[in-house]
Amino acid sequence: MERLELPDVTWRRVSPRLVWVELAGGAGSLVVVLAAGVVMFLLQVWIPVAALGVIAIVAIVNLALTPRRVRSIGYQLREDDLLFRRGIMWQRFVAVPYGRMQLVDINRGPIARSLGLSELKFVTAAAAAGVTIPGLTEAEAEELRDHLVSVAESRRAGL
Amino acid sequence: MSEHEISAPVSVSGGALPGVVARLTDGEWHRLHPATPLLKGGFALIVVLGYIVSNLRERLLGMFLPRFDEGGDPVDYVVSHGIILQVLAAVALLLVMLISGFYVSWRMHSFRITSEVVEVRSGILFRTNRKARLDRIQGINIVRPFIARLFGAAKLEISQAGNDANVHLSYLSSAAADDLRREILRRASGTRAAEKSGPEKSGAEKSAAEQSTAGSIGALFDRRVNELLAPELDPYAAPPESVVKIHLGRLFGSMLLGTGTVIAVLVVIGAAIWISVSGDLFVLLLALPSIIGFGGYYVRRFSQSLRYTIAGTPDGVRVGFGLFSTSNETLPPGRIHSIEVSQSLLWRVAGWWQIRVNRASHTSSRGSANQANTTILPVGNLADVAAVLKLMLPDFIGEETSAFIETGMTSKGADGFTNSPLRAAWLRPFSWRRNGFAIVAGSLLLRKGAIWRRLIIVPQPRLQSVGLHQGPLLRRLRLASVHLHTVNGPITADLGAVDQAAALAFFTEVAELAVRAGQADTSHRWRSGELSA
Repeated sequence: MERLELPDVTWRRVSPRLVWVELAGGAGSLVVVLAAGVVMFLLQVWIPVAALGVIAIVAIVNLALTPRRVRSIGYQLREDDLLFRRGIMWQRFVAVPYGRMQLVDINRGPIARSLGLSELKFVTAAAAAGVTIPGLTEAEAEELRDHLVSVAESRRAGL
Repeated sequence: MSEHEISAPVSVSGGALPGVVARLTDGEWHRLHPATPLLKGGFALIVVLGYIVSNLRERLLGMFLPRFDEGGDPVDYVVSHGIILQVLAAVALLLVMLISGFYVSWRMHSFRITSEVVEVRSGILFRTNRKARLDRIQGINIVRPFIARLFGAAKLEISQAGNDANVHLSYLSSAAADDLRREILRRASGTRAAEKSGPEKSGAEKSAAEQSTAGSIGALFDRRVNELLAPELDPYAAPPESVVKIHLGRLFGSMLLGTGTVIAVLVVIGAAIWISVSGDLFVLLLALPSIIGFGGYYVRRFSQSLRYTIAGTPDGVRVGFGLFSTSNETLPPGRIHSIEVSQSLLWRVAGWWQIRVNRASHTSSRGSANQANTTILPVGNLADVAAVLKLMLPDFIGEETSAFIETGMTSKGADGFTNSPLRAAWLRPFSWRRNGFAIVAGSLLLRKGAIWRRLIIVPQPRLQSVGLHQGPLLRRLRLASVHLHTVNGPITADLGAVDQAAALAFFTEVAELAVRAGQADTSHRWRSGELSA
């Protein structure tokens, strides 16, 4: 089965260290699920135990796929727009013209910060676009932000 | 008046404006309509006072007639303790404070309109100052509640993109409101020179002229009556051939065939079955509140949709409605982010369609059916739809596109749209044949639904970004979904179960079109190209 792929695009990938951030987050929720499962097991209520077991298995599979998922995140700065992709099972491609930019956010969570990573969010007037590039090094994120602001300025469009 | 701001892109226009508007738009600070405090809260005060006085009337009568003692009453307490003077003084002080509060608040509430911005400052202790750029105006709404109409006052609401980002000028003189809106839009449009105002001579202008000649009470009364009886849409404001009206019968029929009616009928059937099975009439009692609710909804919807007109003015689409309280809004070109033409199964019999839009602003005043102001055409036939689309997208929709859209709305497939392949029938068993997209000059069309027919039009310059998605199920079927991102609203412009290769081509092409259309767009100053003498 051929995968959905855009022609003539060389994706810029994000830092592989993002895997650790994602794993930490996933492991955190897995621990919560397992703890709840143990409590339910001790109370001998079986239906929640089964449900939590299924959730735990999904979470483990999800954790195992994390490195691939991180590798699937990519972006490209084209002449007039930003191209972004993510996902392996659920693939998502978005193209945003620079001129549509309303603002750029840079966020750093505690784990990402300890690994020197940032997340860049490109905000337009449409809430559904959701272009959030995680796993950029701090220098990269700031450089990308400044670049985006300057190209948006020269290509400014209305709402 | 001569040009006094040479550097500004818009100059103050010549003597064509009626005196009131020329004065309001001279860039100085002005106050609102003198009846404003009364309309905003004064009536409540009068009602409360009236209530107190009517209660005291018995008391006043009792003073002169043979009295009998009741006791335990605040008034008795006051009388028996001999503090009448103090209490009266306190009441008087309270009244004076309230009235002077209203008065000061009116004095402190002022606005100005320059060639670039409209600015409002208000508040006594907590001052607010709101400044809005004219070229960012998303629409101007004029609302005339019934009581305000009696005073010849109107609310002007200038919509800007964003939440709670509107500038309210309430209240203004009703006669000046329409002309003021036209003048604000003219400045916002970026027209470079003063404009001849040949066909724009309006009723308001004439009444302004009357105002200067006749000042007596009789003339004032005549003018109010004339304003109340005037048609909702000023016949001079728009060329009559561009006006789309909603016929009374169609309005009634559309409500009868609406979703609400279906639910009501189902409820009635359910109740009938329940009664026949259990023989218990108690359920009727339970249903009473909902019957009243439904009735109220229909009456309100009906009375508010009366005199509904959609008209093309030089500065955009004007949507107006209302019998007692009237409301009308002008949307300048390029302020409509996506358009949806839809038809439910029940409406298909009659051939009726509805048009909704996504817009960047959120007005606080409600539409005719008490919905948010996103329904432009509550009900209309194919000809009405074509006319309204042409009014909303005058630059993009010509004869050819119009015909294309019309076939697209009703066809069952094979019509110039890129429709889904047969394998999409797994996901769209009824509609796969007409589940498709098309790119026409200036806009993008998505068409879907066989039972609930829908056609979504996104003007290319309004497109924010474009997305392409594929989940595991779609991948197995070699399908994908495309998403056109616009500002939030009732319409979500996406199309599922499209052939993978076609979706990819669409994505690539639209991404390029979005860039080009965005750069070529000048609609924030929609008439900046024109140079009228």
